[in-house]
Amino acid sequence: MSAPAETTEAPAPARASEPRGAPLLSVAGVKTYYGKIIALKGVDLEVNEGEIVTLIGANGAGKSTLMMTICGSPQAREGRIVFDGRDITRMATHDIMRLRIAQSPEGRRIFARMTVYENLQMGAAIDGNAHFDADLERMFELFPRLKERINQRGGTLSGGEQQMLAIARALMSRPRLLLLDEPSLGLAPLVVRQIFEVIRDLNASEGLTVFLVEQNAYHALKLAHRGYVLVNGLITLSGTGRELLERPEVKAAYLEGGR
Amino acid sequence: MEVFLQQLINGLTLGSIYGLIAIGYTMVFGIIGMVNFAHGDVFMVSAFIGLICVLLLTTVLGMSSIFLILAITLVVAMLFTSLVSWTIERVAYRPLRGSFRLAPMISAIGMSIFLSNFVQVAQGPRNKPLPPMVPDVIVLMERNGYQVTLAYKQLIIMAVTALLLVGFWWLVQKTPLGRAQRACEQDRKMAALLGVNVDRTISLTFVIGAALAAVAGVMYLMYYGVVNFADGFVPGVKAFTAAVLGGIGSLPGAVLGGLLIGLIETLWSAYFSIEYKDVAAFSILVLVLIFMPQGLLGRPDVEKV
Ligand SMILES: Nc1ncnc2c1ncn2[C@@H]1O[C@H](COP(=O)(O)OP(=O)(O)OP(=O)(O)O)[C@@H](O)[C@H]1O
Ligand SMILES: [Mg+2]
Repeated sequence: MSAPAETTEAPAPARASEPRGAPLLSVAGVKTYYGKIIALKGVDLEVNEGEIVTLIGANGAGKSTLMMTICGSPQAREGRIVFDGRDITRMATHDIMRLRIAQSPEGRRIFARMTVYENLQMGAAIDGNAHFDADLERMFELFPRLKERINQRGGTLSGGEQQMLAIARALMSRPRLLLLDEPSLGLAPLVVRQIFEVIRDLNASEGLTVFLVEQNAYHALKLAHRGYVLVNGLITLSGTGRELLERPEVKAAYLEGGR
Repeated sequence: MEVFLQQLINGLTLGSIYGLIAIGYTMVFGIIGMVNFAHGDVFMVSAFIGLICVLLLTTVLGMSSIFLILAITLVVAMLFTSLVSWTIERVAYRPLRGSFRLAPMISAIGMSIFLSNFVQVAQGPRNKPLPPMVPDVIVLMERNGYQVTLAYKQLIIMAVTALLLVGFWWLVQKTPLGRAQRACEQDRKMAALLGVNVDRTISLTFVIGAALAAVAGVMYLMYYGVVNFADGFVPGVKAFTAAVLGGIGSLPGAVLGGLLIGLIETLWSAYFSIEYKDVAAFSILVLVLIFMPQGLLGRPDVEKV
């Protein structure tokens, strides 16, 4: 394991809007319901520009619900979500995404009957495929596997290839905020490492802001600048990645034998 | 042999019309999983719009160039019919989208009755005739006193259909619009996450389906020379049968199904009994549903879920 911990203390290069000091994304008192069932019971968190923030939590804690609520599907019933100074709580999903939030959602949701190429085109749809060719080359550098599979249908890719495609598709929109829901799910350790490295590189070199949900708590917290723990629809802990890794509650609940 | 050849031509003509209508059924089903029972009546309405347009052009404006009349009528019918279908989706289907699955279909049956009743009241219950538009025929061969003919209007129908299908195929396969349409068909939630306006894409699907049905409506009017307020039902159900036969959700399937239903209907009429031609078509619907529910070109299930 190379040493990601060193990078965690220092935030990535500042971007234009940072001097304002306002977070890029702020979630305040958000409650989300599925019918009568409450899934988020008042979540508060922030993601600053240039950060990698990790959210960990048990199955059913509401992590995916939070990711989707940020994207307006379902919408929060109470609370406020602000992205880049704009209240997006009541905006339609497609309008939110057009503010350059991208999500690689739970279950990957690759378009099975479209080719890899078409899936990537869909990723770039919001700006009319203006930078498509250049960005495509970049994705090929990040994920050479996709180049070999470019004309294959999405539904016939392996799980790992689908995950790479899901991340690449999200990146094709040149997002200001990248939401990743369990990018390591079901992947071989080597592929997990590769994907985490891609995330770290993009953050370090381009200042890409990432909000990450992970079961793989050890690696995800090591990768992150900061982290949150979600339990039963409420944030119970927060801190830098390193702090959280030291907390006994985190060790007991999310890290098996220290890992 | 000659009879067969003649019926082949007739069948392909009729099949083109069914195929154009069938695309509307299959696209709407593909994207929101509902059978738009009003689509047949939208087709009938388009034939009436065509009728009114032709009469206005010929009697009021005194136009005589048949191709110009046809072209203008096609455009007008496509525009107005699209508007009708767009409105129906907005007022009768979209508000029910979050509701239980059958709700929009019940609403569609309501819209179907509404359209045919409206036309019955507004235009009267009797057949509306049109003076023959393109009467010329080409004699392809003649043997034992039996002529195999290809009417100009049949030629027009097949050519217009073919041209339209090429354009339509290009739209769906090659343009960002078509790609967004296919994305919504496969996963509406994900499409929205990529910035696609799903509601607008669904509206667009209705508009495209209606525009194709409008061409079918004008062709139908030109072919038979009459139209009646009840003419939406039987062609509508046959086109739906075509969509199911081809594999509902499949665009090439809708066209293939349309051509097959057209052929079966005309061949059946020629060799067996013209009275039972509808029975033949609908028996196929039942047989396909029982033995081949995924249809001829239904989705291959090679994908992981
Ligand atoms: N569409 C839905 N309808 C009803 N309840 C839902 C729906 N989606 C999620 N839930 C419920 O909301 C709660 C939170 O689910 P969510 O998917 O956000 O959990 P998660 O933290 O992502 O879990 P996992 O780690 O298993 O992915 C769960 O109790 C779940 O059963
Ligand atoms: Mg989840």
